[in-house]
Amino acid sequence: MIIELGHFALVLAFALSVVSAIVGFTFRGSSAQVTLFLRHAALLQFLLVGAAFAALVQAFVVSDFSLALAYQHSHSLQPLLYKVTSVWGNHEGSMLLWVLILVLFGAAVAAFGRPLPFDLLALVLAMQGLMVAAFAGFTLFTSNPFMRMVPAPFEGEDLNPVLQDIGLAIHPPLLYMGYVGFSICFSFAIAALISGRIDAAWARWVRPWTLISWTFLTLGIAMGSYWAYYELGWGGWWFWDPVENASFMPWLAGTALLHSAIVMEKRNALKIWTVFLAIITFSLSLLGTFLVRSGILTSVHTFASDPTRGMVILTMLGLFIGGAFTLFAMRANALRAGGLFHPLSREGALVLNNLFLATATGAVLVGTLYPLVLDALTGQAISVGAPFFDLTFSALMVPLLILLPFGPFLAWKRGDLVGIVQRLAGAAALALFCAILVAALSGASISLAPLGLLLGFWVMFGAIAELVEKARFGRLPIGQSFRRLFGLPRTAYSTTLAHFGMGVTVIGIVAASAWEMERVVAMNPGDTQTLAGYTIGFEGLTEEPGPNFAAEHGTFAITAPGGGTRQAIAERRVYVASGQPTTEAAIETYGFSQVYIQLGEVAANGSHVVRLWYKPYVTLIWLGCVLMALAGFISLSYRRMRVAAPTPSRRKTVPAE
Amino acid sequence: MTVQGQAGGTARRMTRKQKRLMIIGALALVLGLALALVLVALRDQIVFFYSPTEAIARAVEPGTPIRLGGLVKDGSWTREGETNRFVVTDGETEMAASFVGILPDLFREGQGVVAEGRLTTDGRFEASNVLAKHDENYMPREVVDSLKARGEWQREPAEGGAS
Repeated sequence: MIIELGHFALVLAFALSVVSAIVGFTFRGSSAQVTLFLRHAALLQFLLVGAAFAALVQAFVVSDFSLALAYQHSHSLQPLLYKVTSVWGNHEGSMLLWVLILVLFGAAVAAFGRPLPFDLLALVLAMQGLMVAAFAGFTLFTSNPFMRMVPAPFEGEDLNPVLQDIGLAIHPPLLYMGYVGFSICFSFAIAALISGRIDAAWARWVRPWTLISWTFLTLGIAMGSYWAYYELGWGGWWFWDPVENASFMPWLAGTALLHSAIVMEKRNALKIWTVFLAIITFSLSLLGTFLVRSGILTSVHTFASDPTRGMVILTMLGLFIGGAFTLFAMRANALRAGGLFHPLSREGALVLNNLFLATATGAVLVGTLYPLVLDALTGQAISVGAPFFDLTFSALMVPLLILLPFGPFLAWKRGDLVGIVQRLAGAAALALFCAILVAALSGASISLAPLGLLLGFWVMFGAIAELVEKARFGRLPIGQSFRRLFGLPRTAYSTTLAHFGMGVTVIGIVAASAWEMERVVAMNPGDTQTLAGYTIGFEGLTEEPGPNFAAEHGTFAITAPGGGTRQAIAERRVYVASGQPTTEAAIETYGFSQVYIQLGEVAANGSHVVRLWYKPYVTLIWLGCVLMALAGFISLSYRRMRVAAPTPSRRKTVPAE
Repeated sequence: MTVQGQAGGTARRMTRKQKRLMIIGALALVLGLALALVLVALRDQIVFFYSPTEAIARAVEPGTPIRLGGLVKDGSWTREGETNRFVVTDGETEMAASFVGILPDLFREGQGVVAEGRLTTDGRFEASNVLAKHDENYMPREVVDSLKARGEWQREPAEGGAS
């Protein structure tokens, strides 16, 4: 009964979204009453889809296998957490999660959008309604999660064991918050194009939504990367796999959007480009959804895909993206372009940032879609792997990172390069010193690694130098400098923190790639191996039953170079319901570095193949991303108050720029 | 000093044009560089996918990185220490393959496999990476296509019948 109610709620939400879209587009400018209706409708859609989702969760939690979806993807022995995450560990349920987050954002706009002009808000909500209609319709008609089975089976087929992990609880919701959040920017862009009105205020309304989506996407990608790292057992954290690229492209475009919206808000320039980026970013999110959901590309992360539905998503993709670009082509002229500015200025630096980010997005897009195009044209199957992306992407990122610390130092309108070079000299010297120190301590041979470290340190110290400069350390008495520092607006901190985080990630990437050590050995119980100063002893194997699997625990004793022994357990599991084996790596963290042990199958002579890695500073990769996301939240906490303010008031606080 | 001053003056007069030129120049430079890189990388860094039959028919040079796809022949998988040996077949041609390391959990005899690696001079395949699959029903699309192309494809992937 509850399932039918959930199904009905989803149908109602679909109907309501269709009505919202029609009413919104037809009567958008006529009266504030229409906008009020649309706002209520958006909130109601959220309640309805939320109810539908709750019904699904309930069925999974009580293991109601009369629900076909629960039968296929759940099992009564699964721990409660995995019963809940099983809801979106499959195609149908993850589409419903997509829709849920879409209506969540719609409801958020409705709730917080009161200060917006009513006709603009009407257009935004109508556009959201259209998207809800499309995706809720897609879910209902092609991937209905509410199908019943008669007779109901006694036991479920279990969730894919690889997905039975805390990662499934964290990664997809965060990623979808990011992906789908950009739909708001998209709707704002469409609204701007239709109404032909776009100004600094528009950018101020769009920025919080860009920021929140970007923040969640950053977290989502980082958590997905860490999940793949520990779960796939290859020790890799990024494979340039199509599915990864699918989430990375919106991130790159979203990062560009985040920066171009600043120019638009502060200087009323780059309007057309910002609107274009808003459309591109969400289009890439849609493309990502299509690539992942259709299974059209061979991926190491293929899950729950169904090619037959791919065509429907492709059609929706074509309609939304094609429609948006047609509208853009028709209306872009109506938007008045902002004035030119001096290339050596904050605006100029942000344009450069956008140029590199957009080009990098293009390069990743080419590499991701090239196999598809070649296959369609010639039938030749190829794969574009890491070497392609390493070459093209890093060639574009290196100049961006070199230039990054200069940006925040440049003044609006016209910057003074000589002065900035002087002010950044300290950071540069410090970065050089640190890079040489680390390289010397690690005994690195001549390679690119020290240069990569230099780049990372440069970005980190350059970011800190910005705060030092703003607080006028060294030029004012120290107490006064600290007062200035604490008086700085939060956005100053978030800029510094985000750029600092970027530097941390770069250091992690360089160190983990350059100084990783790996060994594949056959080990018998009692054997020890030494890797990077760590002594790893294989103590033996025990059988341990799990809730819905049988596991072999391989116990290892890891002795760190500085002394101290820890026990680590690498597992091999066989899941009861599916008979599918999985391995769980043993990962021990020492400072920022990790020792990673993967246990292989037992050989005829009783030995085990064991793969050992030492990954220096690998956790910095994700830590940097967390810092970036933290910066996003800090900025958001400040920004929210400003968005709620009906009229933009000139800030009278400490001048930040 | 005076010369510098004059130069500065000229720059200020030409400033609008210069601004445009600088922006367009930077744009062209970065885009051109990126395009060149992408083209070079697409020529050199892509990896072709072959079935054993194609790999032999096209006389793939030893040492060229390729992806080899097919089925793991029944009864062909042996292990000595950390070295795995198995035979990849497309029903027509068989190719001996070796891989040092731990195979993915779902590596099975009789199931589809995609391996990245190179051919050796004596016609064997040395895999540097065997692609993991996330789902026991999942078969790499290229393998399905190439099996279908030579009539070796019998079973459709068992999809849940709810939709």
